[in-house]
Amino acid sequence: MIETNKLSKRFGDFIATNEITFEVDKGEIFGFLGANGAGKTTAMRMLCGLSTPSSGTATIAGFDIYKQTEQIKKNIGYMSQKFSLYEDLTVIENIRFFGGIYGLSNQQLKTKSQQLIHELGLEKEAKKLVGALPLGWKQKLSFSIAVLHEPKIVFLDEPTGGVDPITRRQFWNLIYDAADRGVTVFVTTHYMDEAEYCNRISIMVDGRIKALDTPRRLKNSFHAASMDEVFYALARGAKRSE
Amino acid sequence: MLPAWMKSFTRWPAAQNAVNDMKQLYTFIRKEFAHVLRDRKTLLILFGLPVVQILIFGFALTNEVRNAKIVIYDQAQDVASQQLISKIEASRYFDIAYAVMDRAGIEAAFKKGDIRLAVIFPQGFNNNLLHTHHAQIQVIADAADPNTATTLTSYITSIIQDYIASQEPYQITPQIRFLYNPQLKGAPNFVPGVMSLVLMLVCVMMTAVSIVREKETGTMEILLVSPFSPLMVIISKAIPYLLLSLINVITILLLSTFVLELPINGSIPLLFAESILFIITCLTLGIFISVKTNSQQVAMLISLMGMMLPTILFSGFMFPVENMPLPLQLISNIVPSKWYYNIVKAIMIKGLGFSAIWKETLILAGITLVLLFVSFKSFKIRLS
Repeated sequence: MIETNKLSKRFGDFIATNEITFEVDKGEIFGFLGANGAGKTTAMRMLCGLSTPSSGTATIAGFDIYKQTEQIKKNIGYMSQKFSLYEDLTVIENIRFFGGIYGLSNQQLKTKSQQLIHELGLEKEAKKLVGALPLGWKQKLSFSIAVLHEPKIVFLDEPTGGVDPITRRQFWNLIYDAADRGVTVFVTTHYMDEAEYCNRISIMVDGRIKALDTPRRLKNSFHAASMDEVFYALARGAKRSE
Repeated sequence: MLPAWMKSFTRWPAAQNAVNDMKQLYTFIRKEFAHVLRDRKTLLILFGLPVVQILIFGFALTNEVRNAKIVIYDQAQDVASQQLISKIEASRYFDIAYAVMDRAGIEAAFKKGDIRLAVIFPQGFNNNLLHTHHAQIQVIADAADPNTATTLTSYITSIIQDYIASQEPYQITPQIRFLYNPQLKGAPNFVPGVMSLVLMLVCVMMTAVSIVREKETGTMEILLVSPFSPLMVIISKAIPYLLLSLINVITILLLSTFVLELPINGSIPLLFAESILFIITCLTLGIFISVKTNSQQVAMLISLMGMMLPTILFSGFMFPVENMPLPLQLISNIVPSKWYYNIVKAIMIKGLGFSAIWKETLILAGITLVLLFVSFKSFKIRLS
């Protein structure tokens, strides 16, 4: 689903992302880890078509990252670090709007929005403004909207920041549901317990991918009891941090 | 739902794309309207502003002075002075507060502050007038407020002239006609001014802020990741404000016609066409500002300082541009509202046609094109 080869992004002298190479398979939940400033967000923005790479190649869902950005855009979903639904619109209006700009038909919009509201248990809140919802619900709604148009891949940039553990658990259930439907999930996170939920993870340090494997095998190879320890072992050598 | 005739097009892929684009655009525009209509404060500013400005400028800000209190120091006490005093008293501009008996009285009256003007007749006023055909009247005005002072002295001068004219056997009276605005009302000047000001404010600020807000909240990223093209984002931002601004134009014109009794002398379709052109200029300016800034506050500040101030200073509706130093006059030429102000004045008040304003229209269109070019060039299709 995602294939990159020596993908790099330079801002002047600063190399934000340095020759990263990896593959993500269909239906996989791929964790993209790294300390602040390690280059995760930059890498993700390149994959989403928000930023042009300086060098290297990549394909997303079989489409070239340089030439076929339009096709890529139709096949991916994106949920950013910041909460980014319209707070002054109602739940249902947000669903209709984002579904609408992805070209869903009125019939599809109708069934999908009902289905989504039912799944999230938001029946009572459907006509309320999104700004009035608790953060956890907003994040869940945001994710559901990101996968509303059934993308092949969904990119999640620190989706659970500032959310309580129970809601985070529920959020991951949504992610698993999506993966079960065949959606490839590409997720960045700071929480090491979340890293354990992923099928495979990569850890970026100073713009490079320092480790890439399943959580279990990573722990074995680093002789670590938890992902926390693996992460510290790798990130200790980092030269840049915020 | 798509109308039937549109459905028949959907057999061809290209047409289908176009129909889909239209649908997306419609979805987006509907969302923009939802933003505006939900925000009561913005709505109030949007539609309250023109009404308030028209009413303030129409009724509160006026150069006319009525019932100004004055004192008379009549040393002559003769036929001529009495006749003149009764003439002054009859005028609606002046209200004779009391008569004073000496110079000190005048000074005291001014010091008290309720007196605007003093008129002094010297001794032997009538005699001088009859025998030497030359008499003097001293008029002292309180020039702490120079505009009022000037207005009042010119009123009293005209009353005196009038009196002299009725006394002499030979008369030359100048017939003065004030073209286009015979009653010298303030409205003809400020209605076009308020129109440029309101459109400038609404279009530039609202567009800039609404685009920058999406950048700030992060929804712009989501939009850029979506298949919806950035150009369409901009267009769908501009269309709602174009429509809302047109409502403002209609409100202002209705108010000025029915409340201020200032009829539109020229062609209304032409006026609207020119207004649309100016609205597009302002929208492009707003887009340009939003491309260059990243926070709502900055966008608002630039719109206010960068747009409102030049409009007030350089459009000519408050201060005549002709009296400014040359460098400022040159600067005034790049202020779009100046051209729009002149266009509206020409159509509304002078009732002129397109042949009289094609130059201004061309300049305005030129400014718009340059702005369009610059902002689309700098609008980043990919963030970073």
